[in-house]
Amino acid sequence: MRTPYLIARRLVQFMVLMLFFGTAHWGWELAGAPLLRGDLSASDFAGVVPMADPFATLQLFLTGHLLATRVVVGAALVLLFYGLLGGRVFCSWVCPINPVTDLAAWTRRRLGIEGRMMHLSRTLRFWLLGLGLGLSALSGVAAFEWISPIGMLHRAVIFGAGAGWIAIVGIFLFDLLFVPHGWCGHLCPLGAFYSLVGRVAQVRIGFDAKTCTHCGECTIICPEPHVLNLKRAAEAGMVASGDCTNCGRCIPVCPEGTLSFAWRGQCEPAPPAPPAAPAGRNQ
Amino acid sequence: MAGAERSRRDFFQRLARGAGGAVLGGSVWAYLLQEQAHATPFALRPPGALDEEDFLATCIKCGQCVVDCPYDTLDLAKVGDPVPIGTPHFVPRTTPCFMCPDIPCVKACPTGALDPGLTDIAQAEMGIAVLVDHENCLSWRGLRCEICHRDCPLTNTAITVEPHPRKLSKHAVFVPVVHSDACTGCGVCEKSCPLPEPAIKVLPPALAKGKLGEHYRFGWTTENAITQEFDPAEVAPEDIGSRLQESMDYLNEGLTP
Amino acid sequence: MDSSRRDFLKASIAASSAMAVGLPLSKEARALASQAEKNWQWDKGVCRFCGTGCGLLVGTHNGRVVATKGDPKAPVNKGLNCIKGYFNAKIQYGKDRITQPLLRMTNGKFDKKGKFQPVSWEKAFDVMEEQFKKAYNELGPTGVAIFGSGQYTIQEGYVSAKLMKAGFRSNNIDPNARHCMASAVVGFIQTFGIDEPAGTYDDLELTDTVVTWGANMAEMHPILWSRAADNRLSHPERVRVVNLTTQRNQCSTVADLEIVFRPGTDLAIWNYLAREILHRDAMDKDFVQKHCVFATGPYDIGYGMRGTDKFAFAAERDTQAKQREITLDKWEAIAQRKTAGMKVKQTHTKKPVAHWMITFEEFKRGVEPYTLDFVAELAKGDVDESLEDFKKKLVQLADLYCEKGRKVASFWTMGFNQHYRGSWVNEQAYMVHLLLGKHAQPGNGAFSLTGQPSACGTAREVGTFAHRLPADMVVFNPKHRARAEKLWKLPAKTLNPKTGSHIVKIMRDLEEGKIKFAWVQVNNPFQATANTNHWLKAAREMDNFIVCSDPYPTISGKVADLILPSAMIFEKWGAYGNAERRTQMWRQQCPPPGQARSDVWQVLEFSKRFKLREVWGEKPIPGLQDADFPPGKLPDVLPAAQAMGYSPDATLYDVLFATPENKRYRWPDPVAKGHDNCTVQDLGENWFPEKALFEEYAAFGRGHMHDLAPFDRYYADDVRGLKWPVVDGKETQWRFNEKYDPYVSAGSGFEFYGPALKALPTGDLDGVTDKNKKSLKGKAKIFFRPYAAPPEQPDDNYDLWLCTGRVLEHWHTGTMTRRVPELHRAVPAAQIFMHPEDAKKRGLSRNDVAVIESRRGKVKAIVETQGRNRPPKGYTFVPFFDESVMINKVTLDVTCPMSKETDYKKCAIKVYKA
Repeated sequence: MRTPYLIARRLVQFMVLMLFFGTAHWGWELAGAPLLRGDLSASDFAGVVPMADPFATLQLFLTGHLLATRVVVGAALVLLFYGLLGGRVFCSWVCPINPVTDLAAWTRRRLGIEGRMMHLSRTLRFWLLGLGLGLSALSGVAAFEWISPIGMLHRAVIFGAGAGWIAIVGIFLFDLLFVPHGWCGHLCPLGAFYSLVGRVAQVRIGFDAKTCTHCGECTIICPEPHVLNLKRAAEAGMVASGDCTNCGRCIPVCPEGTLSFAWRGQCEPAPPAPPAAPAGRNQ
Repeated sequence: MAGAERSRRDFFQRLARGAGGAVLGGSVWAYLLQEQAHATPFALRPPGALDEEDFLATCIKCGQCVVDCPYDTLDLAKVGDPVPIGTPHFVPRTTPCFMCPDIPCVKACPTGALDPGLTDIAQAEMGIAVLVDHENCLSWRGLRCEICHRDCPLTNTAITVEPHPRKLSKHAVFVPVVHSDACTGCGVCEKSCPLPEPAIKVLPPALAKGKLGEHYRFGWTTENAITQEFDPAEVAPEDIGSRLQESMDYLNEGLTP
Repeated sequence: MDSSRRDFLKASIAASSAMAVGLPLSKEARALASQAEKNWQWDKGVCRFCGTGCGLLVGTHNGRVVATKGDPKAPVNKGLNCIKGYFNAKIQYGKDRITQPLLRMTNGKFDKKGKFQPVSWEKAFDVMEEQFKKAYNELGPTGVAIFGSGQYTIQEGYVSAKLMKAGFRSNNIDPNARHCMASAVVGFIQTFGIDEPAGTYDDLELTDTVVTWGANMAEMHPILWSRAADNRLSHPERVRVVNLTTQRNQCSTVADLEIVFRPGTDLAIWNYLAREILHRDAMDKDFVQKHCVFATGPYDIGYGMRGTDKFAFAAERDTQAKQREITLDKWEAIAQRKTAGMKVKQTHTKKPVAHWMITFEEFKRGVEPYTLDFVAELAKGDVDESLEDFKKKLVQLADLYCEKGRKVASFWTMGFNQHYRGSWVNEQAYMVHLLLGKHAQPGNGAFSLTGQPSACGTAREVGTFAHRLPADMVVFNPKHRARAEKLWKLPAKTLNPKTGSHIVKIMRDLEEGKIKFAWVQVNNPFQATANTNHWLKAAREMDNFIVCSDPYPTISGKVADLILPSAMIFEKWGAYGNAERRTQMWRQQCPPPGQARSDVWQVLEFSKRFKLREVWGEKPIPGLQDADFPPGKLPDVLPAAQAMGYSPDATLYDVLFATPENKRYRWPDPVAKGHDNCTVQDLGENWFPEKALFEEYAAFGRGHMHDLAPFDRYYADDVRGLKWPVVDGKETQWRFNEKYDPYVSAGSGFEFYGPALKALPTGDLDGVTDKNKKSLKGKAKIFFRPYAAPPEQPDDNYDLWLCTGRVLEHWHTGTMTRRVPELHRAVPAAQIFMHPEDAKKRGLSRNDVAVIESRRGKVKAIVETQGRNRPPKGYTFVPFFDESVMINKVTLDVTCPMSKETDYKKCAIKVYKA
């Protein structure tokens, strides 16, 4: 059982897509209302719960238009949700691009492709985030939404594909050949947005410093390995960085069970004492 | 302090690179936006859509209007469609809007890109039907077609027929005439035109409509009584004569040989 | 570009400064187009669809009709077409054409419960012959029937009628035209003694007043309507258009005056006009005195339903009971000078056509109750209109009719003909026009428009009705039979004197087991006959054999046992006669596909399978009572036939069709100009059936007021149809008018010379007082006919009127037009047109699916509240073209008791959300 979270993630990703797809194509309903109408940018559950992509909503807002309440409430609900569950939980559990970039990473490992053809800073995405918001305000249209491959892929699945697949293939090749974890780890402004949310998120990867052997297995599998700065993790008792996607890959690979999902409040920073303290000290 | 010097230089270099990147990326991005968002002026939008610019700004591309359209009229533009990506639109020749009285697409819109104030579908302004090709329109040529008129859901208001003597024979010509104030642009006429390419087409209002000069009114459209208590202005607007210098220059340049 | 075309274009551009006439093509484009079309061949043709009879030019290439155009030389349409006519070139090419005979079989043998499988023509005819003979030998001539058509070519109608009447001695052949203009025929015969209109389409241009009564000409006779509209537009100061209708329709867009009346009250409005004419002293006394007499008939004639309710659904019984007895409502009581609530037994259901002469005073007494107040209150059809407004309109209508010197032409179609008192209301139109002396003159006249392309030319003139013989003769008249037997060279008493089953009765007979073999030709009666749940069941569940000749699969094919693939219009030679007596002919333009064969060939080939000894022996005719015949029997005429030189083993083909006289018309014939003839090819002989049969048929009418020109004359390049009677090579414009009609005796001015029913007893409004028949030769009858209430009206349970009809885009049951993708796209489904308030009351809004239910059945349709028809509250309209909205499951099979024509325009329904 090395991959329980991977299977769970794929299931969740698939289920979310199916709910959208089934509602759009087969008229799935709940209590007479469309079950899950719309797509990831905005949707409506059972005609009762509105949901909206807070980043998209922010962009729309910045175009200088007064928005209907529903989208604002929807964005707030989604923000609250991810604020609770870990911001970038969206990236690894919901986003339809994730399987694509995961596939690229997997292929990379299988083919033994190493290194990168260019250097990109992981902070680039924050620049793009800022740029997207700025451009939205300047151009009068939601800047990222117009070029978002996430939206393209998602719409392609739910409403039928046009040439949208090309963008997806582009991302796959970019991740495969140019920069490992190139899109999700370096460019995606939506991921960046959720990183910021993740900084206050309640569900985190807890880190039990006592058991860590520094074997490094977790950093090999992690798509955002810089979040596993073990020193900082030990200090916080958890993976504190917002960049962590709560994907859970690191949990089963850890031979010592050092890592596990935990509530932020339950995570205790490790004592500052050196790890080599005598065993009988507490006695 | 060579280290500090270098790190300062590094910092400035990084800053410059970052700024350059931002300007470059921003420009490319802005160009893409410009291309995308204004790809075509021909898109026909769901009922209640705001003016195209506002619509493009507020549509979140969620497709909820598409899902709730009972006739599968609406579609989200795909990459490569001649319509800004991800936005809902319809192609009347494929499926026109059937003008549901409860307007489910408007109700489904979460952002207000489709104006929730639209409650009477007859007030929708998705487009305007234009009888584009008089030369091939069967009715214009005297054949008794007028399918567009009879199929129009607002027949006799949005499309009327105006009979004219044909003069080539003892028959009258029944010319379909679209009235833009009543036409919703639903596109049933375009769909039902029996020609291989429709002679009547729906265009977005901005393309279809001409505009009368603001300085003129058709004499028979409004009635204006002669004002009895005239209220004269005291001074003329300042823009009059604002280019007096040019006038003088002209007068002073003398006659050319 | 030749000079005439250039002149034409120049002229047209100059003439229509306000209109875009189109620019001439560029030289290159023109050259390209003409190159591609270089090998196309063009010939004259006729539009396949309505009774207007628009001329076409048909272009063919490689055995296919590639294009048609309106014939610019055709006087009817001058190069124009409606949108159906525009698609003539496409109707033959539906992907689902039937190209092989199909028989219901199980294990290679005919089985009524089997599935359709392709068989050879030989096998098809073998089974058909066997099944025909089974029914014929069991039940006699009344056990077999043909569903004929108003879309038969003249020759098709003629062969079928002759085979049935002269061959099988059966009068059970009746066309769907019965549903279309039988009431008009009764009106013509009773009033004038001869069928078909006095006027022509030229009246549309010559008149000052076009009045449409129950005729949505704008959609149903589109090209004629554009002529009416042109007259109105070209003479705005003089010409007026009035639309009398039960719902706002497309005619209202041109009409100056729109009168929406309650269904059935047209009977009262005419009498109001008659009363006004008398009270305003607008009667043309001289004309009436010289050329007319007054007449009336019984009122208690029933409603054409079956006297028994043995076969009725439980819910039908209350309507059915009205066939036996009605209770007069307050309106009928006033209209018929009786008391409300009085029960009236329907005692004249057997002889509804009886009538007698009355005096002018009696006539005046008859119309006296029809005052403005009475009629307005009775007839106002829109509850939202004020009574005062409606009265004003009626007065305006009377003003137009009565105005001295104003020419008035009244036009009607199915609103009058499909009417429980259709014959009466036809006669009332003549009543008003004759009183005014405004008939049979250019621009003046009552004009019965017909629905189908050859309802006049074939159904009426050839006489493919259960009671008719060619040229207005009838089977129950011994002189007529004798003349027909002489022309057809039959032994005396071969022809059956007993009127056969009309088309509704053929259906009823199938249900009652009285007919066990039926052949459907050129129509789709199982979709088009009212109350069709009965007939669909009868076809499938009774012991009978139904043959359906059709190019396409239809509902009638679906309930048949054998389907024969027919050639379509331009795949055969043919002739149609339109509503203005214009006979038009065409040549075969292309071969029929696969094994499809012409209907003429099918009948001829079938006739080869019968020997005289099988059909001309003694035959039972249940209920036959005739002075010249033994009761209940047709005599054995074989000895007489032998005396005439016929062998008892001669086939009906030899005796009736391939006679020595007919075989003189040889094929090939120069008139063909190289065109093929599939009938000749499939017969494998060298005579020309279409020409021979036409000439044989024309002999009936020549010299008998129905003169047709010689066959070849119609094919002359400069002829675009000819209006009969064609005497000395000249057509007749206005009949009964000395100036135009060679049959009118010199010096009489007008003469209504029709010979039928021209001796009558005398009486008063209530009955005959002097049984001695007096001659009224040369005169027309002015009938008094009262208002009678429709037998089924909306009540608490079934609370809406239902009217059915057509839409411009589709022809009848859509067999052809629904296979033209463009027409199907334009009107894909039948909708129920209803008032938005009525819809709202039932929780329905536009585009909802509603159930339409009557006592007889129910169907679902989409609700339309703002379309082309705008019914008043309480009224709905559903077209009948759509087999998935089979509205005839809902409609009522009430007929005019005189004409037996079904009233498709009135029954009661309820509508609720599906």
